[in-house]
Amino acid sequence: MSEKTVLELKGITKRFPGVLANDHIDLTLKQGEVHALLGENGAGKSTLMNILYGLYQPTEGEIYVNGQQVAINSPGDSIAAGIGMVHQHFMLIPVFTVAENVMLGEEEVSPGGFLKRREAAQRISELSTRFGLEVDPNALVGDLPVGIQQRVEIIKLLYRDANILIFDEPTAVLTPQEADSLFEIMQLLIDQGKSIIFITHKLREVLDYADRITVLRRGKVVGATTPAEADPSKLAEMMVGRAVDLDVERDPPQVGAKVLEVKDLLVTDEQGQIAVDNITFDLHAGEILGIAGIQGNGQTELVEAITGMTKVDAGKITLLGEAIQNKPPRTITELGSAHIPEDRQRDGVVKDFPIVDNLALQSYYMEPFSNGVVMREDVMRENAIKLVEQFDVRTPSIETSVGSLSGGNQQKVIVAREFSRDIKFLVAAQPTRGIDVGSIEYIHSQIVAKRDDGVAVLLVSTELDEVMQLSDRIAVMFDGRIVANVDARKVTKEQVGLLMAGSSATEVLGEEG
Amino acid sequence: MSEENDEQQKPPEQDSTSVLIEELNKTMDGGTWSASLRSALFPILAVFTGLVIGGIFIAATTEEVYAAFRESIGAGLVEAWRTVMVSYRALFVGAIGNPAEIAAALGSGDRELMREAFDPFLESLVTSTPLIFAGLGVALGFRTGLFNIGAEGQLFIGAVTATWVGYTFTNLPAIIHIPLALFAGFIGGGIWGYIPGWLKARTGGHEVINTIMMNFVAFRLVEWLLRTVMQDPGSVNPISPIVAESAKLPVLGGSRFHLGFIVALLVAWATWWYLFRTKWGFTLRTVGANPNAARYAGMNIVRATVMAMFLSGGLAGLAGANEILGLNHRLVPAFSSGYGFDSIALALLGKNHPVGVVLAAILFGTLRNGATQMQVDAGIPIDIISIVQALVLAFIAAPAIVRTIYRLRDTGDDGQLVTSSWG
Repeated sequence: MSEKTVLELKGITKRFPGVLANDHIDLTLKQGEVHALLGENGAGKSTLMNILYGLYQPTEGEIYVNGQQVAINSPGDSIAAGIGMVHQHFMLIPVFTVAENVMLGEEEVSPGGFLKRREAAQRISELSTRFGLEVDPNALVGDLPVGIQQRVEIIKLLYRDANILIFDEPTAVLTPQEADSLFEIMQLLIDQGKSIIFITHKLREVLDYADRITVLRRGKVVGATTPAEADPSKLAEMMVGRAVDLDVERDPPQVGAKVLEVKDLLVTDEQGQIAVDNITFDLHAGEILGIAGIQGNGQTELVEAITGMTKVDAGKITLLGEAIQNKPPRTITELGSAHIPEDRQRDGVVKDFPIVDNLALQSYYMEPFSNGVVMREDVMRENAIKLVEQFDVRTPSIETSVGSLSGGNQQKVIVAREFSRDIKFLVAAQPTRGIDVGSIEYIHSQIVAKRDDGVAVLLVSTELDEVMQLSDRIAVMFDGRIVANVDARKVTKEQVGLLMAGSSATEVLGEEG
Repeated sequence: MSEENDEQQKPPEQDSTSVLIEELNKTMDGGTWSASLRSALFPILAVFTGLVIGGIFIAATTEEVYAAFRESIGAGLVEAWRTVMVSYRALFVGAIGNPAEIAAALGSGDRELMREAFDPFLESLVTSTPLIFAGLGVALGFRTGLFNIGAEGQLFIGAVTATWVGYTFTNLPAIIHIPLALFAGFIGGGIWGYIPGWLKARTGGHEVINTIMMNFVAFRLVEWLLRTVMQDPGSVNPISPIVAESAKLPVLGGSRFHLGFIVALLVAWATWWYLFRTKWGFTLRTVGANPNAARYAGMNIVRATVMAMFLSGGLAGLAGANEILGLNHRLVPAFSSGYGFDSIALALLGKNHPVGVVLAAILFGTLRNGATQMQVDAGIPIDIISIVQALVLAFIAAPAIVRTIYRLRDTGDDGQLVTSSWG
C-alpha cells in the first residue's frame, strides 16, 4: 500500500424523499489497498457505491480521483474515471462468449464492420494470465460456474482499464474454495497497483483481507479501524450500534423422542445425477442437527426431498411416524413441520404481496385465516400486527410489500411465519445467508429457543461458524453422502472443515470415526 | 422435463411474459384511497395523450386542413383545430349523447325522451359489455401468470353453447332459461380455456401458442357447425336458428341496452371477490406472483393453472353468450368484432383489476361506439379510434413516455406523484 490517495469522497450526502441515505460521508482509498466498507442492510453502502458508479448523483459533496475533482453523472463517467464495479448480481449475457461479454459496450470493429473478436480474445487472455484469472475467452458464459463468471466481471473492468475496483458482496454467491481463490486474485490485483473497495457483511473476511475498515450505520460513517485493532465483536457492535452477542448461549439439549428418520435416501438432481447418495440419519426432539458441507454437495436436494419439493428415487423418510417420501409439501407441513428455505426470495416469500399475506402463506386456507372459502382479513391483519411486533420486523406497515424490505427483515417475516405455527420439526436451510449481524443474532436465538421448546431442528448451512455455534450434533455432507455424524462437542472447527473438504472420517477423527 | 402424473411439478421458468405480468399485477392492489387515485391518474393521462395525438392524426388525414394550409399557416391551424373539434364533438355525441338533448330531456321529465337522449351512452354500454366479460377473463389469467390470448376463441365457443341451449329448450321460463344459457356459455368457453391450461400444466406447452391455435380451431369449428348441425333449417345461409324468446336478455324500453351489462357488473364483482377474498383466489394470485413460493407453500400449481384457464375461458365464453342472448339472438359467422383481442389490451389498461377492467371496457366501448357517429358527422374513418386505442396502450406499456411528458416523478413503491404543468 502506498500513501498515494486514488479516490477521495468528501462530505457525500444523498437525500431521497424522506430518507437521508448518505450523511456527509468521507472516505479515502489509497493506492494498493483493500478498503472494506462494512454496514448492515440499509446503512447506505449501496447508495454510496451507486453514486460512485454514476447511477445516483449526490445531493452534496465532492468526489476526487487522483486528486482531480470529477463529476460522475453516468456509469460511462465512472468508467472513464477508472472506477469499475463487480456487482453482486452479475451483468452477463449467458448465451454470449466470455470475449463477447467483455467487449459489450466497447466493441471494436474492423473496417468491414466485423467485431475484432480475435484481438479482444487475445487481450482477455493476456489479462487473464497477468492476474491469474484462468478464463477461456471463447467459453460460453452460461456454461461457466459462478466463481468463473465473477472473474469475467473482473476482466470486464480490467479491459476498461479500471484502477479502482468495487466488489459488492463478492463472496455471497461463492463456495468457500471459490472465495479463497477470489482473495488470491484480489491480492494479485493489489500487487499490480489496483485499489479495491470491498463491501461485505462477513466480519471474518474483513478481518482477514482488508487493509482498512470503514463502518457505516444509518448513512453515516461511525468509525474507521484496521484489522489489527478490531475483532469480530467490536465490528459487530460498530455496525449495529450496541453490543452483539456473537456466541449463542445455550443449555445442553433435552433430547426427546425420534422425530425424523431418514433411511437409505437416494435423490437425483434435474440432470439425473445422484445428488443424495444413500443417506441415513435420525433426528430427535429438542436437538439441533447441523448439516455442514460446501454448497453443492447434496444439501439442497436433501432438504427438498424432506420437505416434499423434489422426488425421492429410493429410501424412506419418516416424520413423526408417517412415511413422507414423495408426499406433497402441504401434507408434510400439516404434520407439524416448518421450513426456512435456502433461497428465500425465490421460495420463501411473494415479494409483491404485502407482509400480511406473506405471513399467512402456509396456512391461509384453513382456520383461523379462512373459513374454508373466504379469507378473514381481520384475523390476518391481527396476526401480522402481532408477529411483526413479536419478531421485530422493521417495516413501515404490515401492508408494505415484502420485496421492499431488507434481506434481514424478509428473513424475519419467514421466521415469524414458520415459528408461529405449532411445529414439531424445523428445517432451516441457510437461515442467515446474506443478512445483517443484528438479524443473524436474533434468528439464531429463535432457533435455539425452538429447540429448547422440544422442536427437532435440522440446520443446513455452508457457514461453518454457524453450524459450530448452533448444532448439538454435526453431520458433514460431501459428494452426496454423510461422511461423519458426530457429537458437536467432540469435534473442532478444523476437523469439520477438513471433512467438508473431502478428507475421510477415519483420517480426521481417528478410531471413533 | 416433467412427466405425466408427476406430483412435484416444477413451476415454469420465468420468461419475459411472466415478468411483464408481474410488473402489471404490482399496481392497483395498494388498498388505500390515495394509492388508487395515483394508479388511476396514469391511465387517465395515457387516454388524454392518446386523444391529443389522435387529434393530430385526424388533422393530418383531412383534405380541408391541407387546403387551408396552402392559403396560410394561420388558416391551416384554425382549420385543423376546427376539424379536430368537430370530430371529437361527434365522438362525444355519438358515445355519450347530445348535451342539449340530455338537458332538455331531463327538464321535460319524460321517460321516453330521457331514454332517447341517453341512447348513445346506453349503446356504448352495450358495446362495453362483451369487453367487460372477456377483459375479466384475460385479467384473471394474468393474475395467475397466464397469458390467455385465446379469449376470442373461447368467446366463440361460449356463443355456440349458449346458442344451442337458447334454441334447443323452448318451454323453459326465462328465469331458468337465461341463467342456463349463460351458464352454458361459461362452460363452453371454460372448456376451450381448460384445454390449453391442461396442456400447460401437464406438458409445459406454452399457453400463448396453444390459445392462439385454439382460436383458429374455434373459428373453423363455428363455420363448420353453422354449415351442418347448427344451421337454421329454414335458411341457406350459415346461420343458426333464433334462440327462444325465453332465452333472450330483456332490454330497456326501445333501446338495445340489455340485461347483459348488469350481469357483467355482477360478474366483475364476483371475480373481484373470488380473486381477492377467497382462498382459491389467494392461491391463483400466489401462483401468478411467485410459482416457486406457491409450490413451497404447498399449493397445487397444476390445479391452479388448469382452474385459472378454465375460469378465464369461462368469462370469455360469457362474452360470447352475452352477444348472442342480448343482441344477435342467433349465431352468425362474424358476430364478434375482435372483442376477445381487445380484451387483452383492456385487461392491461385496467391493471388486471376487476374495477380497472370495467372502467377500461367502458372506455373502449365508448370510443368504439362514438367512432361510428364521428364517421357519419365528420367523415373521419372509424380506424382513427384504433389508433387512439393503440396509443393508449403504448403509453400504458411504456410509462416513461407519459412520465416524461407530464414531468411525473418515478417514485417506485411509496412516495408522492408530483406533477407540474405540461410544456
